[in-house]
Amino acid sequence: MLRTIGRRLLLLIPTLFGLTVLLFFWVRALPGGPAAALLGERATPEAIERINEAYGFNRPLPEQYITWLGKLVQGDFGNSIETRRPVLEEFMNRFPATIELSVFALIIAVGIGVPLGYWAARNHGRWLDHLSVGASLLGITIPVFFLAFMLKWAFAVQLGWLPTTGRQDRGVDATHFTGFYVLDGVLTGEFDASWNAIVHLILPAVALATIPLAIIVRITRASVLEVVNADYVRTGRAKGVSKQIIRNRFVLRNAMLPVVTTIGLQTGLLISGAVLTETVFAFPGIGSFLANAIFARDFPVLQGFVLFIAVAYALINLLVDISYSIIDPRVRIQ
Amino acid sequence: MSTTEVLQPSTGPETGAEAPRRSGSFWGDVFRRVRKNPAAWVGAIVVLLFILVAALAPWLAPYAELDTPGREHLRPTSLPGPGDLAEFPLGIDRFGGDVLSKLIWGAQASLLIGVISTFFGLAGGMVLGAIAGAFGGWIDGLIMRIVDILLSVPNLLLAVSIAAILGRTPLAIMIAIGVSQVPIFARLLRSSMLGQRSADYVLAARTLGLGTGRITMTHLLPNSVGPVIVQATLTLATAVIDAAALSFLGLGGGRPETAEWGRMLTYAQNELAIAPSLAFLPGVCIMITALGFTLLGESLREAMDPRTRKR
Repeated sequence: MLRTIGRRLLLLIPTLFGLTVLLFFWVRALPGGPAAALLGERATPEAIERINEAYGFNRPLPEQYITWLGKLVQGDFGNSIETRRPVLEEFMNRFPATIELSVFALIIAVGIGVPLGYWAARNHGRWLDHLSVGASLLGITIPVFFLAFMLKWAFAVQLGWLPTTGRQDRGVDATHFTGFYVLDGVLTGEFDASWNAIVHLILPAVALATIPLAIIVRITRASVLEVVNADYVRTGRAKGVSKQIIRNRFVLRNAMLPVVTTIGLQTGLLISGAVLTETVFAFPGIGSFLANAIFARDFPVLQGFVLFIAVAYALINLLVDISYSIIDPRVRIQ
Repeated sequence: MSTTEVLQPSTGPETGAEAPRRSGSFWGDVFRRVRKNPAAWVGAIVVLLFILVAALAPWLAPYAELDTPGREHLRPTSLPGPGDLAEFPLGIDRFGGDVLSKLIWGAQASLLIGVISTFFGLAGGMVLGAIAGAFGGWIDGLIMRIVDILLSVPNLLLAVSIAAILGRTPLAIMIAIGVSQVPIFARLLRSSMLGQRSADYVLAARTLGLGTGRITMTHLLPNSVGPVIVQATLTLATAVIDAAALSFLGLGGGRPETAEWGRMLTYAQNELAIAPSLAFLPGVCIMITALGFTLLGESLREAMDPRTRKR
């Protein structure tokens, strides 16, 4: 097991290395080079010259690359053009918000998606099944930012039940030390602060959860349908194994493998969706930070973000692979 | 079952020969099966309507693309919504543009971005996939590592980052979405071709003394391209949604009143309380279009899948 994990982590290195090469040349390919992006409106030939001198953009490309890579390895992603603070620090400040949002969304997606998919499969061919398949088809085609809009309009603007923007009301007296607002509230005993953070999370999390939810329903349904007709399920029934055991140990456990893979793949969608959802709800996470960076062409932030996400994405998928062997011992043998 | 596995071609033309069939060819059989599927009909009709509206936009749209004919009706606290004014059946937006016209012009923009970006992705992916599949060995290894690098970042974020660097133009969006699609097509074509490489007819061609290039172009490629084309139909749905997402984030460039569905949603944000239809209408347009391509693509894929073909 450890060897597999080690091998996977080693395999990650060439991919990340390739990514840094792409990212490096991608910024150098900017019209006017990185100096023009740094200067924005103030890009006069003299100013570009000065910046090139100061940042070493006029050095030979391989030399620049090595310097940049050396800093990256030490965790120095450079400074944001917009905020002038270290990129990594900016990420670390905002990442907890995005994780909190994604985890909530994942809980909703899995918590509703798996039972719904199972239920649809058990009612295969009836109208309930058709309904859930149809609804999940809609869920796949709805753009996440549009859904976020509609939820915001209905529940925040029209009904006024939930807040429209932010992570926590300004008036709330809360101590923050982990950056996870819900957790902070629980740890410090400020439950009203926790609750306030949860209320702010509901709409963005539901919006973010819908597409993964729809996909999880479809995969669970297909997977359960395949397993319920398996020979071992019939044998189990013939032997008089109780319904619960058949459902939990025979059907669900065997049907979960593709579902877990899908959940792992959804993390990519989740991160992309978070960028859009956070923009709609002005949720101060990594996504809305990126949206601002796009406007400013804040390339250190963009580069850092892509690398950061690539690492996070790879680690999550590694976790998913590890979970296979827990769910299905047969995988371990191979 | 990973995405790539789902995307992998489950059949080649010669597997189709085992299935019971009435018409003469594999494609004839696929066509017959698609025709019997109501979902395929719905998808095809939606797609056809969308293409018609997009192509006939100059004649269908009551006003020109960047026209703001409703400017005198603008009030700070209200906007005429659908049905309020006879000359603007779906209301006007903050710029005074006719929403109906903008939706129609938006269909054209979506179709152009969707088709051109998918074409870029298809072309890039097919070149890479074909080279990898035809040569194998270290060339295959190298190309697949490049594909892995592109896959190491979620699709939409890859497109966002590329577009952000290329600058705020429609062409940047097309290239960005196209590049983000390259991995899917490259992998799909490669695996499809690898399945064909050991086929008897390829061996026969090789025995006859045909070169790798010739075999690839005349035998491997035509026989492996089916799943790729089906994937392209499905990818068009994603491309339309992604294009809207990118222009929603402000990457499309041009004037603010540009008629584009994603852009219309961006500006609808500020009017959510007084004119929700400004957000609702373009959103529904994106959804219906994506639904059409998805239904059509899924029915095609189902029709080509040997597991369902035997039923």
